[in-house]
Amino acid sequence: MDFNATLLILDSTLRLSTPLLLAALAGLYSERAGIFDIGLEGKMLAAAFAAGAGASVTGSAYAGLLLGVLVSVIFGLVHGFASITARGNQIVSGVALNFVAAGATVLLGQAWFRQGGRTPQLSTDQRFLGSEPNFAAELRDIPIVGSIVSELVLGHSLLVYIAFIMVPLTWWVLFRTRFGLRLRAVGENPAAVDTAGISVTVLRYKAVIICGALCGVAGTYLAISQSGGFNNNMTAGKGYIALAALIFAKWKPVPVMFACLLFGFLDAAAIRLQGAELPVIGRVPVQFIQALPYVLTVVLLAGFIGRAEPPRAGGVPYVKER
Amino acid sequence: MKRTILALATLMATTAFVAAADSTPAVVYDMGGKFDKSFNEAAHSGAEKFKEETGTDYRDFEVENEQQRAQALRRFAEDGNNPIAAIGFSQQAAVEQVAKEFPDTKFVIIDSVVDLPNVRSVLFKEHEGSYLAGIMAAMASESGKVGFVGGMDIPLIRKFACGYKGGVKSVKPDAQVMENMTGSTPTAWNDPVKGGELAKSQIESGADVIFHAAGGTGIGVMQTAADAGKLAIGVDSNQNGVQPGSVLTSMIKRVDNAIFDAFTDAQSGEFETGTVALGVKEDGVGVAMDDNNKDLVSEEMMAAVDEAKAKIASGELEVHDYMADNTCTY
Repeated sequence: MDFNATLLILDSTLRLSTPLLLAALAGLYSERAGIFDIGLEGKMLAAAFAAGAGASVTGSAYAGLLLGVLVSVIFGLVHGFASITARGNQIVSGVALNFVAAGATVLLGQAWFRQGGRTPQLSTDQRFLGSEPNFAAELRDIPIVGSIVSELVLGHSLLVYIAFIMVPLTWWVLFRTRFGLRLRAVGENPAAVDTAGISVTVLRYKAVIICGALCGVAGTYLAISQSGGFNNNMTAGKGYIALAALIFAKWKPVPVMFACLLFGFLDAAAIRLQGAELPVIGRVPVQFIQALPYVLTVVLLAGFIGRAEPPRAGGVPYVKER
Repeated sequence: MKRTILALATLMATTAFVAAADSTPAVVYDMGGKFDKSFNEAAHSGAEKFKEETGTDYRDFEVENEQQRAQALRRFAEDGNNPIAAIGFSQQAAVEQVAKEFPDTKFVIIDSVVDLPNVRSVLFKEHEGSYLAGIMAAMASESGKVGFVGGMDIPLIRKFACGYKGGVKSVKPDAQVMENMTGSTPTAWNDPVKGGELAKSQIESGADVIFHAAGGTGIGVMQTAADAGKLAIGVDSNQNGVQPGSVLTSMIKRVDNAIFDAFTDAQSGEFETGTVALGVKEDGVGVAMDDNNKDLVSEEMMAAVDEAKAKIASGELEVHDYMADNTCTY
């Protein structure tokens, strides 16, 4: 495990944690406002499909992104209608949306493109690919610092930067703006917000729309940045891992980023450590590393981090007293 | 009396004929789905060819989970479909079970052996085809490092890897072959993001030709190789056109021929059961050449492949089969 190999693992960590981070931040907005969202997975999947289909039909990656976000926001609004206006059970609505997304994407994909539920392979200019600026090569000549900067900071896809910029932005919005204060309040004590003359319903709808938009970016990243088209069930449980990261990080933006980076790192390490000999331990079975994220969540939550307390009004529909 | 017997015989003959011509064949695909641009798609194109040439339609089914395998086979058998082809080694248990229940129905299983009187088991000598792919990879590689990305970690995929390694080493004995498997569950056949990430890690470590035997996961491998300006080698079907100009060749398994032959044999009443193994000699495996890769393949490469083919066919060269003793001697 030399310096270069470590850099490559960290580089891959950034790529793999990006969808988790976007989805976890999406969940953060929604859950901080008191709407539990188990449907992150479904929203991402629907967005991935819309982005893949949109990019291949229009030939533009940005159109793909727009469609991905749009479809995901629509899913978010359905969840919002079910849990805010209709006061339904939020878990049930989220699970239902996951199933709808898993089925509808494949069905529509097969009907439209006849490739077994996949969307057509995209060409390079229809995707979000990273490109290294000219000075990256010169930077590489500077020992250590140069290669760290050029490998880790530069050359990523636009969506990766968006994901990481969203972290401080989310922190600022939640903890330094009036909207953020109200959003947090509505998740803790909606009655108080209502008494102050602010509409709980409008605030919560805003939260699910932001959640939908971020999930849309996450799905788009999966379909047209990380790969060259949509595939059946390509989210493969990332929405649930994002949810775990969110709980792990106790619904706080910066810890969410570190939790996602940790999960991304374990994923990257699992891929690269396959069959590799580690000092002292010897050859580690890859299944062990693949199971680590889940084991860590349980162990750390139980033993070290302490109780993860969700927003107090989470999961409870708000009913105005008459 | 004589006339009656004659008439009866004619009637029986016609019924037999009608029955043979009327029995619709059926295909049950494996998890990747029939448009995986790979293994299952090869079976699909064999069935399509049969439909085109004989005008007899066929039925097919894509399994979504383990439980559906036996259900699908049984339903086809109950409906009188004959023969029924099951694609993929994972269907072995299901075929064994259903073939016993319907002894009069003929079954074909690809990539596995079911030892029953009404089953034809078709195996491919993937190690031979992979050996040829390895020769081409080694000759096309400039860095002396080549990669292999497998799907699910099973002996069959190790067999691909081992033959490939043998081919590479036969050209460049000191070449490095990096081997990665996508996972240990059937979802490893359909995870292009992970396939791409594995390919990326191999490319970053210096590999410039990557062979995949990973079904749908391989789409990500080929995509990544094309993005990085490296070469990939496809598998099962001719995948040269998936990323034109970036796919060196494809190690083809003629599953299409196996399905086509089984269906036509059944139609003409010459369906034989038992185990057949198709290798280079039988034209069951090989490397694909077409317009998409003709600029990538040099004449020396073709000459080396042809030489190896002739040697394998004549028995002079024996490629080690991983599944024979679960070790790779290269």
